[in-house]
Amino acid sequence: MFLINCPYCGERDQQEFKAGGEAHIERPKQPTELSDDEWAEYLFMRKNIKGVQFERWNHAHGCRKWFNMVRDTSNDEIKAIYKMGEKPPAQ
Amino acid sequence: MTKNLRVKSSEYIDETNRISFKFNGKTYHGFKGDTLASALLANDVHLVGRSFKYHRPRGIMTSGSEEPNAIVQVNPDTNRTEPNVRATEIEIYEGLEASSQNCWPSVEFDIGGINNFLSPFFPAGFYYKTFMWPASFWKKYEFFIRHSAGLGKSPTSIDPDIYDHRNIHCDVLVVGAGISGILAAKNAAKNNFKTLLVDEKNELGGLTIFENNEFNKIDNKTPSEWLKKEIEELKNIKNLEIKTRTSVAAYHQYNYLLARENLTDHLEAKDKTNKIRQRLLKIRAKKVILATGAIERPLIFNNNDRPGIMLSSAIKKYSEFYGVACGSKNVFFTNNDSAYESAMSLYNKGINVEAIIDIREQSESKIVKKVKEAGIKIYWSHSIVDTTGYKRLNSVSIKKLSNDGTSVTGSKISISCDCLGVAGGWTPAVHLYTQSGSKLKFDEEKKVFLPNQNTSEQISVGSCGGDFKIDEIIKNLNQKLKDTLNINETDLDSIKVEIDQENSKRNIWLLPSDKPLGKTKPFVDYQNDATAKDIKLALREGFRSIEHVKRYTTTGMGTDQGKLGNMHALGIIADTAGVKMGELGTTTFRPPYTPLTFGTIVGRNVGKFFDIFRRTPMNDWHVENKAEFENVGQWKRAWYYPINGETMHQAVQRESKAARESAGILDASTLGKIDIQGSDASEFLNRVYTNAWSKLAIGKCRYGLMLNEDGMVYDDGVTTRLGENHYIMTTTTGGAANVLGKLEDYLQTEWPELDVYLTSVTDHYATASLCGPNSKKILKKIIPDLDLSDESFPHMSFKEAKIGNVQCRIMRISFTGEHSYEINVQASYGKDLWEKCMEAGQEFNITPYGTETMHLLRAEKGFIIVGQDTDGTMTPIDLQMDWIVSKKKYDFIGKRSLYRSDTMREDRKQLVGLLTDDPNIILEEGAQIVSKLNQNPVEMLGHVTSSYFSPNLKKSIALAVVRGGKDMMGKKLFVPMENKNINVTVANPVFYDEKNERLNA
Ligand SMILES: [Zn+2]
Repeated sequence: MFLINCPYCGERDQQEFKAGGEAHIERPKQPTELSDDEWAEYLFMRKNIKGVQFERWNHAHGCRKWFNMVRDTSNDEIKAIYKMGEKPPAQ
Repeated sequence: MTKNLRVKSSEYIDETNRISFKFNGKTYHGFKGDTLASALLANDVHLVGRSFKYHRPRGIMTSGSEEPNAIVQVNPDTNRTEPNVRATEIEIYEGLEASSQNCWPSVEFDIGGINNFLSPFFPAGFYYKTFMWPASFWKKYEFFIRHSAGLGKSPTSIDPDIYDHRNIHCDVLVVGAGISGILAAKNAAKNNFKTLLVDEKNELGGLTIFENNEFNKIDNKTPSEWLKKEIEELKNIKNLEIKTRTSVAAYHQYNYLLARENLTDHLEAKDKTNKIRQRLLKIRAKKVILATGAIERPLIFNNNDRPGIMLSSAIKKYSEFYGVACGSKNVFFTNNDSAYESAMSLYNKGINVEAIIDIREQSESKIVKKVKEAGIKIYWSHSIVDTTGYKRLNSVSIKKLSNDGTSVTGSKISISCDCLGVAGGWTPAVHLYTQSGSKLKFDEEKKVFLPNQNTSEQISVGSCGGDFKIDEIIKNLNQKLKDTLNINETDLDSIKVEIDQENSKRNIWLLPSDKPLGKTKPFVDYQNDATAKDIKLALREGFRSIEHVKRYTTTGMGTDQGKLGNMHALGIIADTAGVKMGELGTTTFRPPYTPLTFGTIVGRNVGKFFDIFRRTPMNDWHVENKAEFENVGQWKRAWYYPINGETMHQAVQRESKAARESAGILDASTLGKIDIQGSDASEFLNRVYTNAWSKLAIGKCRYGLMLNEDGMVYDDGVTTRLGENHYIMTTTTGGAANVLGKLEDYLQTEWPELDVYLTSVTDHYATASLCGPNSKKILKKIIPDLDLSDESFPHMSFKEAKIGNVQCRIMRISFTGEHSYEINVQASYGKDLWEKCMEAGQEFNITPYGTETMHLLRAEKGFIIVGQDTDGTMTPIDLQMDWIVSKKKYDFIGKRSLYRSDTMREDRKQLVGLLTDDPNIILEEGAQIVSKLNQNPVEMLGHVTSSYFSPNLKKSIALAVVRGGKDMMGKKLFVPMENKNINVTVANPVFYDEKNERLNA
């Protein structure tokens, strides 16, 4: 059970949060311009890395804010947490 | 008359408090402070169970939670019965009953014992190999296997006890209250850390509390005496909470630990009532100090499992702590000095020690000299090659061990004995450490896995950290405490320790016998009857990974998780396969460390607290009027209102007719309601719904369909424009939370530039849906001054009004196809609103209807229910709802996906109506639809999603999804059922009032 440092509320138990998958996948601004393959790339393809991964999390049972997390999926170490719209920390 | 093996009074046993208990139906006596194991041993009872596979007689082997054999059924045939409890952990109380498991008809005569003689036919993987063939015979095998196997019985009546959960936040959690844990907790608390010290036993002190080797001294006292003084001092320390009978079950990441606190298991039945039995502690600690100690290793030799064969340290504990001699003719078998301490402990109490068999060539320590002086015979470089005694050990035979330790030589010596203490060294209890995600490293010299890479703020101190001697323990503990607590001095700085000299050890994982391995039974896992032979067989058959060998041989898969034998299994694999133990690694230690009751896991969430449910403000009225309820999401919704003993079908037919012929009323409070405000609210709705919203006038309502980005229908509902920048969205009852979450997600992450604010107001409003041709007259009675004319208040529009002084929002919208109104008031007025409607509607025979009638009425109109007629694979085009998908809008969620080659296929499953040729046959929802009957395999075209008998149409109607159904209008299809094939015809899904004339009726 992680202890997650919500950037708006502080440290809270994992059960208050919802994981939202890979981060920094921007919704295409002009979807109609995309080929089926390009759209499928956005829609379906996720990296699912073993190692350092950028993820979206939501403080669903708290402030309801979304934020980003850098997590090592091999040992669940949370390396960084930053707000939506902020640049990911340099690796 | 049973033998009494009490040897001296012990301060932990209250001999003035005599307790009677029953074991396997026979009454015995023990004293307050005894465990079931110590009390049985005091009565000279060693045989307590049968092994799982061979049903071999087994005795008490240990004195703690690592016990593999002595697992019993507590209080059999009562509602408090519990299987698989370790006799070594049960504190006896007046009236306790326990029985052996895994034997039939009795532990003394067990019919399954024949497996022992058949054991050559039961090698590793036997079940996998034999009972799988032929496959059709499995049911027959299963019957016999299930009757002869199984560990204990689960209770058959409701658990009478109360269980509880508690959250604890602390600075320092210390797990284990042996010498290291006590000193760690004391120093942490003294330095102002809020500290919690837990131990699974009922007394503090671990192994050191009965450590009285005269050659080990702390501040000139024996370790036992010295530690008692330390424990006494704990009472006066602030910031320190101590919990005994508390076993840490799991150590998760980020220092989150679960512990089971046992509160009443040691009490008599009369004192258990109305008290919390066990409490699950959910501990989040800033720092964790693991002081979980070490578990003594047995030695692996031929027939090493007979009752009377025990761990050397357990014999010592029974003698020193419980005042019980485990045998009258004791022999020890060892590879290190600790057996000598146990031997001296017995000797000093006048208990007979026959001999010590030591696989080492010699040892020079003072305690060994002491044993020699006492005249106890020591056989150096000898090994046990066999033992005898079926239900109780009666002799061991030994031979000289070769220099390389792989064979035995010389003549056999037989030694008569009734108890054998084995001492194979110590295994650090690193189970919790590895559960936390931290990594171990193998220490080749000590032959142990030790903590290496910590993943959270934690330290391992004492023997679980690899320090076995008191001087090392104190020295390393002191440094670790200073480092982890960031302090400069501790109580430990001034402690003076003297210890006996070097404790040498000779490690042989599998001891040789004078017989070949195939003819011997050297048990590695006692509970699951896995022998060294099984492990070697697994390797011969090609298994290499330790995890695979474990599963194939079942080594370490019992309720004890192989706490005693796992290291030997690894050692034997490493030796046989010629790899290093460090490279082999360990199997995974999984939570819980010792079994947990289901009660502890669920805590208070039982009975009516099992799940949360929500009730509408009108709920009391529904209950008073005998409604049946159904669960929708977490809501309890009125399902139908039977009167005069009606069946559900009868009630629904009546309700459905009334709603169309005069007036009906539905409690719609559960629909999700999201308040949307902000200058970009219209643009936001444009992006989340498939249709256009910018031109919706204030005071108007519009139905919207929401898709996922993959183009599939996600939710639907009516949204009303309350003001220029203000909307109220309704969602399905079950989808409310998810829709809000999804909208928030887009708003925060994709479109943060939009000025939009979302608020869930589902619980703020109560909603009564008034429908039918007389609904207008009823509303007029309730709010006489409201203009209800079609010009002023047309279908799909909204008005604010007042009922008395109560503000309300009224939408003229319809899910039934009838003229109808949804009246929303502040939730607290909900029941009042409902009663007013009922009163005003009385002259029109207003009929309350539930969700079932609602479903029927909307099905007559072909309106979908998201989640019933859709399943996450239906696009709006599949639903034949092309009309709601804007062609003009540049983008909305899911739009691009509607043009993917796959979503544009013509042969997708599409929503259609189905009519049965016989109008009285009602199709089953979920039934499959085919076009050809004599086809193998038959091609499934789709399935029925909604089906009812329509009282208004006087025939059965159904909605279905059918492959290419759009172009099948009028086509004959079949619904094959178990005993008949039902003929159906594809129809328009709008069965009733296709021209929507009734909306304005
Ligand atoms: Zn938050």
